[in-house]
Amino acid sequence: MNNAVMRTLGLAVGLLTVSVPLLAHHGAAQFDVGKKVTVKGAVTEWFWSNPHCFLRFDATGADGQVVHWAVETQSGPNILPQGFSKQTFKVGDEVTVTLEPVKNGRPMGRLLRVVLPDGSALPLATADAGQAPGNSPLN
Amino acid sequence: MAKHLLVPTLALAAALVCSLAVQTQGPMPGAVYDRDVKGEKPGPAPRRDLAGIWEPATAGGGIQGKGALAMESCKRDKATGRYMVQQNPPLTDTGYATVDCLKPEVEPPYTTEGLARLKAHKPVEGYRMVPDAVNNDPILGCDPGGFPRIVLHNFRTSEILQTPTHLVVLYKFQKRYRTIWTDGRELPKDPQQPAWTTADRLPPEPRWWGYSVGRWVDDYTFVARTNGFQDDRTWLDNAGLPQSDTTEVEETYHRVDANHLELSIKITDATLYTRPWVALDKLRLRLQSANLDIQEMECSPSDQKHYYEIFGNNTGLDPDTRK
Repeated sequence: MNNAVMRTLGLAVGLLTVSVPLLAHHGAAQFDVGKKVTVKGAVTEWFWSNPHCFLRFDATGADGQVVHWAVETQSGPNILPQGFSKQTFKVGDEVTVTLEPVKNGRPMGRLLRVVLPDGSALPLATADAGQAPGNSPLN
Repeated sequence: MAKHLLVPTLALAAALVCSLAVQTQGPMPGAVYDRDVKGEKPGPAPRRDLAGIWEPATAGGGIQGKGALAMESCKRDKATGRYMVQQNPPLTDTGYATVDCLKPEVEPPYTTEGLARLKAHKPVEGYRMVPDAVNNDPILGCDPGGFPRIVLHNFRTSEILQTPTHLVVLYKFQKRYRTIWTDGRELPKDPQQPAWTTADRLPPEPRWWGYSVGRWVDDYTFVARTNGFQDDRTWLDNAGLPQSDTTEVEETYHRVDANHLELSIKITDATLYTRPWVALDKLRLRLQSANLDIQEMECSPSDQKHYYEIFGNNTGLDPDTRK
């Protein structure tokens, strides 16, 4: 790919990024802010509510042990514009979750990005909502 | 057009078209927020008219977890002394603001009692935020946030209904409403014994949302005053600033033009603060389409219970003591 194309794509990505307004709801004292973890697992519960939804999933570690994860998002109304709905996940779905973990080491965190069984990812980059579906101390 | 520009130009156009397609698919007309458009010239403000559905002109601009005095930015313009709206504060690589960004440069003027009340509050937002597992914020158990917290913490899409005798404000957050009387009545003189009832044998009724009266001070400026709050279960904001049964709130609505309204809030409470102070300075609101369907943001105790069982109660730094 030549430099002109790279520059143009970079500009396009930049435009898409700045078109995402900031919106958030809740604090971050319990999170290891800035750290990212990616985990694959099978959905056990998708709980849709206000002020927080959460996704629970089971992941099998390298030692064969199953770890029960829980990741939270903002409220339902906040994440609807990001492409989420009450029907986004069903029990048994294989998902890949990128999350910001809690500080206390438990298998919990806030959801930053999720890849669905069909390969698509949420949140949508162009949504009229927050930068990430997890709670943010920004506001 | 030069050939070497053709491919990159097409790529840019495709990206923007895809973006527009995603943004415009699905929602019905009036189901998406109207935002300010560069270069638009709104018509003149209508006389003595606040009616309509209002949304902060900046997306997310009414959601103020940082606290009343830190709400606009973590930076202040040294030349003017004013806080500047900063759309891009320092972020971590996961996209969140740093805690340093949450502390106001100027603290509210607490009395000794006010500072003690502040320190007794354990909020989940603001620079004093604690993990969910050890918070004592009443609204996280679905207590009403009350007024003015509904504005200072989480002012979302709201509708103002205007009648000859009163205004009603319908708030999206927690799906609540307030009445501001414009029929000439006065505020209860003793906020400890408030009651607007002809049934004089009824006991006084302190309120989560207070008693509100308002009047037009000119054709485009409406000022409302509120007192009669019940106790300190209502906080001023999400950062834990205290409120009491002696708090008085002054709201100023200024109709700037056909599309915009500015909302300011001043707090007076000699018990908690040494002087009146401005907690909200000209929050800019944008008039929305009359057919915008306001979403529910109800707080369900059963939902909250499940959330805390699975998540919130397990966020303490020590899993045994939760401290």
